[in-house]
Amino acid sequence: MPFKIIASQCTSCSACEPLCPNVAISESAGRFVIEPAKCTECIGHFDEPQCVAACPVDGTCVIDTSLPRYQAPS
Amino acid sequence: MNAVVGHGRYVEGSLDKMMRPTAEHRGCGTSVNTGQASCRSRAAHGELPAEIWEKVKKHPCYSEGAHHHYARMHVAVAPACNIQCNYCNRKYDCANESRPGVVSEKLTPEQAVKKVLAVATIIPQTTVLGIAGPGDPLANPEKTFKTFDLVAKAAPDIKLCLSTNGLALPDYVDTIAKSKIEHVTITINTIDPEIGAKIYPWIFFSHRRYVGIDAARILTDRQLQGLEMLSERGILCKVNSVMIPHINDHHLVEVNKAVKSRGAFLHNIMPLISAPEYGTVFGLNGQRGPTAQALKALQDACEGGVNMMRHCRQCRADAVGLVGADRGSEFNIDRVMKMDVKYDPEMRKAYQEKVEAERAAKVAASRAGLAEFAGEMSEITVLVAVATKGSGLINEHFGHAKEFQVYEISTSGAKFVGHRRVDVYCQGGYGEGERLSTIIRSVNDCHAVFVAKIGGCPKSNLISAGIEPVDRYAHEFIEKSAIAWFRSYLEKVKRGEIQHAQRGDADIRCGSLISAG
Ligand code: SF4
Ligand code: SF4
Ligand code: SF4
Repeated sequence: MPFKIIASQCTSCSACEPLCPNVAISESAGRFVIEPAKCTECIGHFDEPQCVAACPVDGTCVIDTSLPRYQAPS
Repeated sequence: MNAVVGHGRYVEGSLDKMMRPTAEHRGCGTSVNTGQASCRSRAAHGELPAEIWEKVKKHPCYSEGAHHHYARMHVAVAPACNIQCNYCNRKYDCANESRPGVVSEKLTPEQAVKKVLAVATIIPQTTVLGIAGPGDPLANPEKTFKTFDLVAKAAPDIKLCLSTNGLALPDYVDTIAKSKIEHVTITINTIDPEIGAKIYPWIFFSHRRYVGIDAARILTDRQLQGLEMLSERGILCKVNSVMIPHINDHHLVEVNKAVKSRGAFLHNIMPLISAPEYGTVFGLNGQRGPTAQALKALQDACEGGVNMMRHCRQCRADAVGLVGADRGSEFNIDRVMKMDVKYDPEMRKAYQEKVEAERAAKVAASRAGLAEFAGEMSEITVLVAVATKGSGLINEHFGHAKEFQVYEISTSGAKFVGHRRVDVYCQGGYGEGERLSTIIRSVNDCHAVFVAKIGGCPKSNLISAGIEPVDRYAHEFIEKSAIAWFRSYLEKVKRGEIQHAQRGDADIRCGSLISAG
């Protein structure tokens, strides 16, 4: 279950983008999106998902439940 | 508009023409959050070590004297922030930096440099480039330092200035020193984590979100540590504090002492701006900002500590130009990218030499005015409001003033103590009654209003409010005129023609606040 950004809430502040350890977040035409295939939910990197912890608008970086949970490589 | 494009290139002999657009501009644009060393530092090179005076004399924020003559600009390259303040609503825009509904144009470092060169060429009294957000510049280190490096190469005569909330500061002190940044502003609202917890709901630090007292403690420690490290390296530091009634108002005297002991050069106490429509936590909670009297009382209580800055206009993260006269709209990025800019440091130098000569004349005039007081002493002090477009002159019409500058006069001289933002009274040729009463409320603590010109209606309204409209010093120097007026006021008091009384309080109007963090 990667994280996704709710576009209508995002202020395009760019706080999340440089923090993602997997370079999963990118900007195009002023909008920030998370590429689901790259998001590891920050597991193995940090205690908290970096995009969620840094985003000033609560409830903007949320889990996308329609996709399977990330499996940390064993 | 056209004028801008027309001035985009410097043409031999056009210096005088360029003086004019400037004169239309008001005094200082405020710099950012910046202010001046107030009282103490104005014009007072005698009182400052020479190398410090060199650094501040052309910085409108650090020298109140300079703010009548020089301009600063900000470029909005830093949108991200690493903390949350209760007076900021970043869902729309940073309340500290700009008004809601006004979307700042985010610039890339390359666009920012082009804009700096265009502004510095068209407004040659622009001496300072600040990066103050709209988020925190040190939460956007790549964009911030790249912009500074590019500007330092392209326009080495422009001073570089940075505003930060201080959380990331200790990590960047060496980079700041290397980048030739001479001025840093840190917003420190408290040194007590319990109070901090009421101002900052969270911070993001070393990959984690912290809340409550833990968050406030980390922030306070980092701010004070950063301030000390900068002072050790000889970088001039200004501390901004937002005055929040019942939360940190009395405590700011402690903050003043704490930052003084760590080498801060200037302390700028700004009133909280918390209109509910800004959607900030404080705005929605009904937390009010201070009145003019409460703000001045606190600033006075801190006198004797670090120099107080009082000419802050709380400017926007994309402000451009002299005080009160924002020319940002002339420089939107599409227009700037099309301009053909030829940056000419020689032209700028020649222009600024003229400005220095003008400024020296003003200082000489106020000294002469003061000499007339020689021997006389009086306990009386009064406040007066002045309508000015800059250059230290009384040169604005009452009906066109967007702000009034407030001076405190006593037998020891006229001292700038603040400014009051107002809505322009004259709209399309006639004045509005409703506006007039708001303007009067905003200068209600003053005994007189100095203007270049004033209509009959506002004149009689001012008189009935007990404020004397004074237009006989039109286009003369502010301080000299204020002293001359004060002499005649004291004489009238002596002769018993008028009775001296303190006036009431005044409202502070919401203006744009700037300065990150
Ligand atoms: S959860 Fe972590 S890995 Fe996923 S997008 Fe956010 S920062 Fe990147
Ligand atoms: S931190 Fe939040 S608001 Fe800022 S760009 Fe990322 S998702 Fe958008
Ligand atoms: S530091 Fe500035 S940008 Fe960040 S939350 Fe506070 S006021 Fe807003």
